[in-house]
Amino acid sequence: MPGTIAIQAVRQVFRVRGDEDRKVHEFVALDDLHLEVGDGEFLTLVGPSGCGKSTVLDLISGLSTPTAGAVVVDGKRVTGPGLDRGVVFQQYTLLPWRTALGNIEFALEALGGLTRGERRERARDYLELVGLTDFASRYPHELSGGMKQRVAIARSLSYEPGVLLMDEPFGALDAQTRERLQEELLQIWRRTGTTIVFITHDIEEAVFLGQRVAVMSSRPGRIEAVLDIVLDRSNPEIDTRATAPFAQYRHQIWSLLRHSDTAATQLEQVHRVA
Amino acid sequence: MPSLLEERTEAGLNSRQAQAAGVRAERRIRGRLARISRGLVGIVALATIWEVAPRMGLVDPYFVSPLSDVLAAWWDLLLSGDLWIHLKASLVRSGLGFGLALSIAIPLGAAIAWYRPVREVVSPVLEMFRNTAALALLPVFLLILGIGEVSKVAIVVYACFFPILLNTISGVASVDQQLLRSARVLGLSPVTTFRKVVFPAALPTIFTGIRIAGAAAVLVLIAAEMIGATAGLGYLINYSQYNFLIPQMYAAILTTTGVGLAINYSLVAIERRLSRWRA
Repeated sequence: MPGTIAIQAVRQVFRVRGDEDRKVHEFVALDDLHLEVGDGEFLTLVGPSGCGKSTVLDLISGLSTPTAGAVVVDGKRVTGPGLDRGVVFQQYTLLPWRTALGNIEFALEALGGLTRGERRERARDYLELVGLTDFASRYPHELSGGMKQRVAIARSLSYEPGVLLMDEPFGALDAQTRERLQEELLQIWRRTGTTIVFITHDIEEAVFLGQRVAVMSSRPGRIEAVLDIVLDRSNPEIDTRATAPFAQYRHQIWSLLRHSDTAATQLEQVHRVA
Repeated sequence: MPSLLEERTEAGLNSRQAQAAGVRAERRIRGRLARISRGLVGIVALATIWEVAPRMGLVDPYFVSPLSDVLAAWWDLLLSGDLWIHLKASLVRSGLGFGLALSIAIPLGAAIAWYRPVREVVSPVLEMFRNTAALALLPVFLLILGIGEVSKVAIVVYACFFPILLNTISGVASVDQQLLRSARVLGLSPVTTFRKVVFPAALPTIFTGIRIAGAAAVLVLIAAEMIGATAGLGYLINYSQYNFLIPQMYAAILTTTGVGLAINYSLVAIERRLSRWRA
């Protein structure tokens, strides 16, 4: 299946220099991490900051390779970046010297095989998908934060990857814009059928967006639990976030994170004493 | 008269409000008109003082010729064709030197910046060269290259080379990490990444170097022409002074001012065209 991801027994170790002893240590960012994502699935990955969420994303995108274990996308082992996977980062990574349209064309130039006119047309289609048709000729500095992130999403979708990876893409937005973009993202996902792996530290965001929520614990980063989220979204007039099931999921994840956090703190204290 | 502090902190529509309402802050338009007319006042005042002070005997009119005499001398130089001969000589030398420096320094700077160890080895050496005044090396250039055209073009190349090179290095080396990450995610080759991401991102910094180089090209050339040349604006200034053609000397000086202004403004115009995307 084009959009399947399998993370198998992945271990990621970085060499770091300690603050106190100024010696080179090995820092285990991820250890024995397993995760499977199905084709067309929307999975959110939630965890405390510094737990290695972004490291997981870097591994799937191919920006880094694991110390041990394997990452498999669409049945093929990931060895580097590729256009079968799109990435949206938290910081807006638009080219400031290109217009909204030009930024999407930039990705299509990387894809290749399209004429100038075809690129333009396809870029317009994707700008329309994120509702920014009227802002095609604006430069990034003339767009609001939410608009910039919409362009970034359109850019990543334009080359039609099987998998879309999102690293806290709405983290820098104000609350209202964030909620609107979450709803829009769900609509886009339903329309395109792209597999989405969405990283966040916001529990409500994770519950609202994910079909499944993977909860990570830190030091070393592991998947603590994977929850299936079943919410009735048939009536658009209902505020999903205010329903009882939503609150239950939120609390369940909160408890999991709380628990793993306390465990980690205790572990750290033990180390300090020792 | 509002001070800088009051002007910059004055309450008003922010840019997004202005955009939403489809209006423009009124302050700006008034400010633009006022700025141009105030600028003219300054120029006219300077011209008046230059004309009146020598005529009233406030300064010795023999050493400081009144502006009208200077302009008359400039007109004579223009009609006789002498001005064009000297101007052309200077423009060809500085243009050639500037162009050569540009075409060597940008690719070389990019190559140096691309590899960190190379950058770290070369940077201190380059810093040393940059801080060695080009004119201090003029005797060396004359010694090695003789007093002909080559040494004068070479000194211009030297003076233009380092600002462009060092700015290219720092511009390329400080490209936003996030932009590079998104280029890698798209699977762009290093060459394409450089062409489409790194170079455009570094261009504003490179241009700062180019503007410094433009100013240096004229400055250094005039001085070089004063020492060993038979044509050029620097030669014309020196020659006029030796022969007590004082209005002609000022006319030549004014011409160098004009050349400097023309170079600077055209570089600014090019820069603006290339960076329309900036706020």
